Amino acid sequence: MSNFEVGQELAAVSYPIDRALLVAYANASGDHNPIHQNEEFAKSVGLPDVIAHGMLTMALAGRFVSDVAGGSAHVKEFFARFIKPVVVPAGSTVNLIISGKISAIENGTAKIDIQAICNDVKVLGMAKAVISLS
Amino acid sequence: MLDPDLVGRTFVGATSTLVTQEAITQFSRAIGEPNFEIAPPTFSISITLAESQVLLQDSGLDWTRVVHGDQKFEISRPIVAGDSLLCSSTIETVRNVAGNEIVTVRSDLHSGSDLVVSSWSTLVVRA
Repeated sequence: MSNFEVGQELAAVSYPIDRALLVAYANASGDHNPIHQNEEFAKSVGLPDVIAHGMLTMALAGRFVSDVAGGSAHVKEFFARFIKPVVVPAGSTVNLIISGKISAIENGTAKIDIQAICNDVKVLGMAKAVISLS
Repeated sequence: MLDPDLVGRTFVGATSTLVTQEAITQFSRAIGEPNFEIAPPTFSISITLAESQVLLQDSGLDWTRVVHGDQKFEISRPIVAGDSLLCSSTIETVRNVAGNEIVTVRSDLHSGSDLVVSSWSTLVVRA
């Protein structure tokens, strides 16, 4: 995993998100906020529809990073800002497209700048991770 | 409004959370991670966000108006089944921007004396 180069592009991976995944993530994480499950409730608080947990979006970006790094054990730092919601209408699947670029290599680590796009909209801001190369 | 006197204070959780293999498997499976031997990098949020909610609600914050602004993890080592993690939470900053209260909470998870994960959650309380 040590043959990265600064500026290297990391190929995009698509992660499908549907309502069933929102239920599975709510149960796994303990975050049962109804804006992630109940359309009527989501609309009542001004959202267009049910939205994915920001932390689910980040967890999927984390999978991307883990795969690049050769496993979760190599992920040392991880940051993301939640800039736009991922809207998940009933009965449909939306695709979260994660890609990345190696922005620095130093002291046995590589820094990755991460892009997260859904329906052509950037949903994570300033997302980045540091992975160990050993 | 959050009491400004609370900023900088550290609150240690009353009990440790025992991490089960079932919890790691369930979280990993939900996000499609095939390796269940260690927890995925964001797994600790399932422990720390609930701790932050209790702390901030006890401090007078309206959790129903909270939106997650950003999140950071510094991972010293992966969480594994059998870890008994004690969460200590510190309200690091409280700012007011355009009527929205922006709170940053740092959560440290220790197993015994070892720091396993530090995480920072920025929470925006909508006006």
